[in-house]
Amino acid sequence: MSVFINKDTKVIVQGITGSTALFHTKQMLEYGTKIVGGVTPKKGGTEVEGVPVFDTVKDAVDQTGANASVIYVPAPFAADAIMEAVDAEMDLVICITEHIPVMDMLKVKRYMEGKKTRLVGPNCPGVITPEECKIGIMPGYIHKKGHIGVVSRSGTLTYEAVHQLSEAGFGQSTAVGIGGDPVNGTDFIDVLKAFNEDPETEAVMMIGEIGGTAEEEAAEWVKANMTKPVVGFIGGATAPPGKRMGHAGAIISGGKGTAADKIKVMNACGIEVADTPSVMGETLIGVLKEKGLHDKCKTH
Amino acid sequence: MNIHEYQGKEILRKYGVAVPNGRVAYTVEEAVEAAKDLGTAVSVVKAQIHAGGRGKAGGVKVAKNLDEVRTYADEILGKTLVTHQTGPQGKEVKRLLIEEGCDIKQEYYVGLVLDRATSRVTMMASEEGGTEIEEVAEKTPEKIFKEVIDPVTGLLPYQARRLAFNINIPKEYLSKAVKFMLGLYQVFVEKDCSIAEINPLVTTGDGNVLALDAKFNFDDNALFRQKDIQEFRDLDEEDEKEIEASKYDLSYVALDGNIGCMVNGAGLAMATMDIIKHYGGEPANFLDVGGGATTEKVTEAFKIILSDSNVKGILVNIFGGIMKCDVIAEGVVQATKQVGLEIPLVVRLEGTNVDLGKKILAESGLNITAAESMADGAEKIVSLVK
Repeated sequence: MSVFINKDTKVIVQGITGSTALFHTKQMLEYGTKIVGGVTPKKGGTEVEGVPVFDTVKDAVDQTGANASVIYVPAPFAADAIMEAVDAEMDLVICITEHIPVMDMLKVKRYMEGKKTRLVGPNCPGVITPEECKIGIMPGYIHKKGHIGVVSRSGTLTYEAVHQLSEAGFGQSTAVGIGGDPVNGTDFIDVLKAFNEDPETEAVMMIGEIGGTAEEEAAEWVKANMTKPVVGFIGGATAPPGKRMGHAGAIISGGKGTAADKIKVMNACGIEVADTPSVMGETLIGVLKEKGLHDKCKTH
Repeated sequence: MNIHEYQGKEILRKYGVAVPNGRVAYTVEEAVEAAKDLGTAVSVVKAQIHAGGRGKAGGVKVAKNLDEVRTYADEILGKTLVTHQTGPQGKEVKRLLIEEGCDIKQEYYVGLVLDRATSRVTMMASEEGGTEIEEVAEKTPEKIFKEVIDPVTGLLPYQARRLAFNINIPKEYLSKAVKFMLGLYQVFVEKDCSIAEINPLVTTGDGNVLALDAKFNFDDNALFRQKDIQEFRDLDEEDEKEIEASKYDLSYVALDGNIGCMVNGAGLAMATMDIIKHYGGEPANFLDVGGGATTEKVTEAFKIILSDSNVKGILVNIFGGIMKCDVIAEGVVQATKQVGLEIPLVVRLEGTNVDLGKKILAESGLNITAAESMADGAEKIVSLVK
């Protein structure tokens, strides 16, 4: 088991004929992901990387039975692409695209109300269930199959955490990048819930950063509901207020959203937080030992 | 992106949101001319900088005649204002807004923000006008009223009325206040704002509801479709290194420390700053070279870091995913050769093609200290800089 995606997930790539999408389609196919189709308007009927291309998401779904979509469409058109996938009743839509205007995402969120689709992202590295299915842009080879769930707002910082875990012999059940934008689809709580219910997952690494209050809300949820240990890290302790640190959502505004505030709430909710990014893995392993989960989680 | 008060008022005027008459002036003569044209008994001379707290710092003066306009304009233009938002170095005033004075009855606050928790635009209003809203939120949160706005319908008139009643705007001003709020919301969504603050919003003796100040911040990701807003960019208000970085699509933020950082990925870049601090150093910048960094980009990033005279050492921290370590290593070597390097450089490489990357650095003959991990890199650069 795993969360959101597994070896049976059938994926279409929206914007498949763009150069970034092509590159990553190749990478995903090599990893073993079942890419069953692609969508680029006006390119329907052609084929790239051995994958059939369709004009609309509806066509692609009808003809391939895909249940997940990954979006590489450029920012000005990405919100429309998400809504098209939602309309086609996809189970899962993962939007990699960065720099989507917030106003567009507000509409997307409103459009999705009452619909069945789960959106991950935008501005995220994607989701990977090691050795089964990789949807996104993360380097597949650093991941190992195992029992640690990883959820994060940052791409490279996730790779850092996964790398530390894999090096130490602790594989991952699924790693989910929820993205660095202020308005996104799946949030920390959605992923924590899924990990809590997933029999393969024994513990969770949660990586947050400055801006907003998603980490605080997630920590309260963990305290009230989570039966598995959660270890955290928050990036941006040294970030100055009022400055956007790369991610659109990483900004301390009106004195809100500091790393110190988040760490305080997380600690109060029973989440141990790594002091530095280089001890994320170590901190989790320490907690696994405390909880008697070390041997169960050591995979290689 | 931020804009000046007078630019914000220009936008409001276009949307039929009431603002006092006024004009921008770059010189004392232009200021006097503007006041003459306004023809009002009293005019206000206002410093235009991208920071709040101008009044307290002496950047806003009420002039009773043209001589006073001249005196104040002369005094404020070229002056460096230090407010709680400018930092200790302050900001030099290069533009003035000359505005008609008005007979203020009462001051209020009206603002629009994006509420991340609900994914909705929210209008906030308070009768504590003229005070920072954060301060009101802290001391008297019961005096802030909010309306959450559905993006399908937009701000509805009943919501605007409810806000106006809640903040005790007298009923003779009600219809004008409602019109004001609806117009402000229109500006917010159509211009892709991330913050719009009118503080204070005032009622006047002659029955008007006006924006006495206007603070706008725009979503950088939406500027591609807001050409008129792009025109408002004032490069004098931005850090030179940040301007240079934006030309190469590098995400850079200047900080006060002495250790320059070059990292791929925003999260890892923030974490790198944090770990430098953890080992007792101070980061000089945030810099994310992004996922598709080329030799050229790495070189430019290096140049920008080195143009900061405070920088006494550099830490490069790369987790190669799709980005290959050998490409980064090649970029670092090229950049160092081109720019020359007299300060310590520590490089930590991990991920795709890491061995090849390390080999390129080792064989370059350059004085580069290799690091085995983030912690190792941070420790090394901190001790080298001391």
